[in-house]
Amino acid sequence: MEHSHGHTSHDNTGDSHGFDTKAIWRTFWILLVITCLELIVGMFIAPRFPHTTKIWFNILYIIFTAAKAFYIIAEFMHLRHEIKNMIMTIAVPALLFIWFLGAFLWDGDSFKNLRNKLDPYKTETHKAKPTQPIHGEEPLK
Amino acid sequence: MAEAVSANQKWWAGGRSPFNVEYGKLMMWYFLMSDAFTFGAFLISYGSIRFSTNAWPNPNDVFSSFPGLGHTHLPLVFVSLMTFILIMSSVTMVLAVGAGHAKDRAGVVKWMLWTILGGIAFLSCQAWEWTHLYHQGAWWGSNPFPNYDGTQATTNFTNFFFTITGFHGFHVFSGVIINIIMLIMALNGTFDRRGHYLMIEKAGLYWHFVDLVWVFVFTCFYLF
Repeated sequence: MEHSHGHTSHDNTGDSHGFDTKAIWRTFWILLVITCLELIVGMFIAPRFPHTTKIWFNILYIIFTAAKAFYIIAEFMHLRHEIKNMIMTIAVPALLFIWFLGAFLWDGDSFKNLRNKLDPYKTETHKAKPTQPIHGEEPLK
Repeated sequence: MAEAVSANQKWWAGGRSPFNVEYGKLMMWYFLMSDAFTFGAFLISYGSIRFSTNAWPNPNDVFSSFPGLGHTHLPLVFVSLMTFILIMSSVTMVLAVGAGHAKDRAGVVKWMLWTILGGIAFLSCQAWEWTHLYHQGAWWGSNPFPNYDGTQATTNFTNFFFTITGFHGFHVFSGVIINIIMLIMALNGTFDRRGHYLMIEKAGLYWHFVDLVWVFVFTCFYLF
């Protein structure tokens, strides 16, 4: 039954530190408060503003989300209490998400702009009007 | 945090795990990394499609019902309740891990039961939400909700919603099954014979990961 311990010493599981119940409940309250803030902003505050301001609320939501993710990973999953080498093997590959998000959202935005410009008769883009005929072409009839 | 690790400890000199964690736990972390990229790919493809679209349904108009209250306008309330349930079950999971550290079998059993209950409660909420949306005419390939500006929406909205929340719900379901297995093993005294409750920790990592993914699903579908 000791297959999971390939070691010689009696306690080499990396969990010699004490278990901090207080920190768990503190994390719980932080997560709960952030969720309530999201609820209040999303339900009562954001609907009072025009849709053009949505981007600022989205940035706020991203900050809230990142904070929640940090507390879940750091405290519940206990990662901040591991040693640095271990943390880095998780954190460094996660940096790929920066490229992943940037590249694909940029690509989507570019696709939208190109389609609005070149295919203005698509149903969902009915509001977008071609501003100028494309250089050197006759206006579409 | 309280662990006193001297700066010049030779982690790579052999004889012990250089990451100071058990092999299975490390592999669970790496599995969760790969799973994070799977969910990341789902959510980023959703983002990519949203960025390529001129308008999108307003989540406050779509997700505004609450069980037993008829046709109300309570956006976010029900899904916040689901978030609360999942966070709460994460807390009970940590408490189960803590009881495992203390080799307290009764404590592990008690907290695992609460965690399983939380998982089942979350799945029930999701089942209600899906059923409600289905009755409104939403399903894969069918989207009754117009865009926020009143224009006709594509079915991208429902396709992504059901695929991604379904994939997450399947993870919750697997987590509940894993937790039930852990509970049975704890009741059988398997961990007492092994002398440690490290399996609870590995199941716990998976369970917290499911909670973590939900935080992102919540933001991407219900807030944005």
